Amino acid sequence: MLAMSPTALFVFGVYIGCIVWTCAISFTSSRILPNYEFVGLSQYYRLMATERWIVSVHNMVIYGIAYIGGCLIIGFLLAVFIDQKVRFENTFRTIHLFPYALSFIVTGAVWQWLFNPTMGLERALNELGLPVPGIGMLSNPHTAIYALVIASVWQGAGLVMIIMLSGLRSVDPDIWKATRVEGIPHFQTYLRIILPELHPAVLTSVVMLGIAAVKIYDLVAAMTQGGPGIATEVPAKFVMDHLFGRANVGLATAAATLMLIAVLCLLTPLLYLTYFRTRRQQ
Amino acid sequence: MKPSPHNARGTKPQRLSIARIGIYVFLVVSSAFFILPLYVMVVTSLKPMAEIRLGHLFALPSSPTFEPWLTAWSSACRGLTCDGVSAGFLNSVKITLPAVTASIGLGAINGYALSFWKFRGAEFLFAVLLIGAFMPLQVFIYPLVRISSGVGLFGTLPGVVLLHICFSMPLMTLLFRNFYATIPVDLFKAARVDGAGFWVIFLHVMLPLSVPMIAVAALIQTTGTWNDYILGLIFAGSDNVPMTVLLNNVVNSQFGEKQYNVNMAATILTGLVPLILYFSSGRWFVRGITAGAVKG
Amino acid sequence: MSTIDIRDARVAYGAVTVLHDLNLSVDEGEFLVLLGSSGCGKSTLLNAIAGLTDLTDGQIFIGKKNVTWSEPKDRGIGMVFQSYALYPRMTVEENMSFGLRIAGMPKADVAARVARAAGILKLEQLLKRRPSELSGGQRQRVAIGRALVRDVEVFLFDEPLSNLDAKLRTELRVEIKRLHQELGNTMIYVTHDQIEAMTLADRIAVMRDGRIEQLESPEGIYARPANRFVAGFIGSPGMNFTEASIEQTDQGVRAVADDLNVDLSAYRFAGHPPDRQRIEIGYRPEHLLIGDAAREQPLQAKLTVEVTENMGADLYAWGKVGASKAVARLPTGLRIAPGSTITIGVPPEYLSVFDAATGDRL
Repeated sequence: MLAMSPTALFVFGVYIGCIVWTCAISFTSSRILPNYEFVGLSQYYRLMATERWIVSVHNMVIYGIAYIGGCLIIGFLLAVFIDQKVRFENTFRTIHLFPYALSFIVTGAVWQWLFNPTMGLERALNELGLPVPGIGMLSNPHTAIYALVIASVWQGAGLVMIIMLSGLRSVDPDIWKATRVEGIPHFQTYLRIILPELHPAVLTSVVMLGIAAVKIYDLVAAMTQGGPGIATEVPAKFVMDHLFGRANVGLATAAATLMLIAVLCLLTPLLYLTYFRTRRQQ
Repeated sequence: MKPSPHNARGTKPQRLSIARIGIYVFLVVSSAFFILPLYVMVVTSLKPMAEIRLGHLFALPSSPTFEPWLTAWSSACRGLTCDGVSAGFLNSVKITLPAVTASIGLGAINGYALSFWKFRGAEFLFAVLLIGAFMPLQVFIYPLVRISSGVGLFGTLPGVVLLHICFSMPLMTLLFRNFYATIPVDLFKAARVDGAGFWVIFLHVMLPLSVPMIAVAALIQTTGTWNDYILGLIFAGSDNVPMTVLLNNVVNSQFGEKQYNVNMAATILTGLVPLILYFSSGRWFVRGITAGAVKG
Repeated sequence: MSTIDIRDARVAYGAVTVLHDLNLSVDEGEFLVLLGSSGCGKSTLLNAIAGLTDLTDGQIFIGKKNVTWSEPKDRGIGMVFQSYALYPRMTVEENMSFGLRIAGMPKADVAARVARAAGILKLEQLLKRRPSELSGGQRQRVAIGRALVRDVEVFLFDEPLSNLDAKLRTELRVEIKRLHQELGNTMIYVTHDQIEAMTLADRIAVMRDGRIEQLESPEGIYARPANRFVAGFIGSPGMNFTEASIEQTDQGVRAVADDLNVDLSAYRFAGHPPDRQRIEIGYRPEHLLIGDAAREQPLQAKLTVEVTENMGADLYAWGKVGASKAVARLPTGLRIAPGSTITIGVPPEYLSVFDAATGDRL
């Protein structure tokens, strides 16, 4: 009780207070300095009319779908294959998870170098004889976002692999024995029995990846700085730019509030499942 | 019923099936994809610029040199300042150590309180903390900037450490609460029957049991704090710039031709601490992820 | 014709040998129980018979065919697991029919088999339910049903009742026995519970450390345990033991200790134990006689009672005979004060004499 009071204070004071403050400012006409002139939803209307913001959201959605999809597929395949009692399981696991330990800045810096148009991967793969379009993904406004996706999947697939592996391993091992005795092929066992058990793991992964996609900032700062042009602008960068450089606090806080709502929408199903389901079981 | 040959004995001779070969092929190729960037990083950092310009990304350095590493450490330029990332290393340490220690301590106390001492609003508090752990930082930045400059902590070391503690506390609380939920409540009840109070039970009973969890939490939190960018960028001030911010400046604000080998050396240096932690931690890192990510 | 033949079976993992050169023959229609405590190798043996564990050496024959290298599905077996291992998202009906459907059996045949199994196990009302909606006992019956639809010769049970509470265990035990009587299939059953073993088995294989200590009918194991280990394992409360030495005299064999001098001439020795051989005499609490009947027996002793337990149907008197701990099972209603001494006697046909060093029956 008493010991938690600093935390309670912090939670209610700082956390909720800040969120409320930010939301409040989004309803004002603040620019460089805050003023408390209430203007209703006009900042939000401004946002919808700002091309940069629309493009940011658009980019975030494309990025999010590709990122989640890529991580889920690769992470899942890795988990299933590693689960096959392979030798060197530890080694494989370690190799696929280490990018998760790196900062997004480090990841961004490396992949920016790898995608270098004249000296990077594309040139090296061409030299090896592989037909890769040697335009330079990063400098092409249509493909730059996918370069970000590749770097992110490299970083995040390991996490999904761990979550899926943990889900796979939580299945009663006697079920495997039972299917062997019944003569049910491996593949069918995965498809009809194991996979349906995995949906909590899939849900957890999707929510965590989705929230990461909404929040993406560091990677963009390191790899593309939003470019070429505004091809890789993202909402978080929009907020940061308008809070500091472009000094439009009202617009920035409105954007931040929208990000908050997006995260809450993603979080609710997961919270409902864990929190309320345990309640019901009690 | 399909029988084996009549004289079959002992273990069946293993034949490598196509499926099994396929599995290994996939895993090896995938591993190559994941190691590739690390390999390129190291190799590039050891080449002189002349060799890099030739463009053979995968080739081993023909005349390896440690120059880029020295430059990265002490004289790489970001904009007009040329003093490498070494200062960032020290700053990152100064930020990470106190932040990790304090947030683990707070997380343990909170997790313990939430787990064993049921009080009004405990569940609600926990739910709010949980949600808070996921919130985008952008939503807090403006108010925090105003508050911290008002209190005089903006751009100072204590300020940024305090902020790190604030933002890592929810996850730490979650980890420890889940951990304490696995400890038999009878242990707690026995201690209370013996007459021990809140702090005594925590310090003498729970804390000694928490060592594995503390190790895991330290691992996760150190990695997280070291790798942070935004908080360091905004709140650390030019005297306390952490390594990640310095790295981004070095890599993305060079005048003239980019020194790719220096960039790669600086990148490795920045990632070194988390990587060493990761590779030496074995299963603890994985345990931390599953403890936090796989709820319930 | 023996249905299952295990020859020189050995299972080893690196330096650790779990099964040592086991030989076992199971007759057609027999109910064989593998009995032992954890780690004795009984589950390993069952898994080896099933084909889930590979043999390091040796052979397994089922129905005269060598199945040592065969997959479990090709051995003509059905198996029931301790944790039931039911497929969680499928109904009872789907659980039982899944294997058959995957194998491509025509729907009509599948339905017929499921109906027959459901009838035998009284599962007809539960066919549309999911495992999470069933009780432990019902789940176990579904697990048995899943094995039943496979139309196999041999059923394997891996501690199927261990997850159930005591009352359910008793009920299902009887059901399994009834099942065996009705179907007549060969059944191999693994358990650590001696009551299950004694009530269900045609023969029991008592196992320890990867070896079979004794393979015999329950009555044989109970009355003539082959060694000290088996003697102490079966029976609850266990057999009483007291140490002594052999004394070969002109009048016959005697057992001698500080407080004991017993005529063993009525005991049937397997061989001729040498003089001064150290032995242990074993006798069961339920075979003790007291009062006048006790005084007529060659083995007599004084039991100093420490604690009595009234079990309702019986009275257990715990105490010491000489220096060894002992317990007696007596009729209820007797008044025995703690600290008092009673005379006990054991008829020679209920005695067991073991070599103190090797534990073998003499």
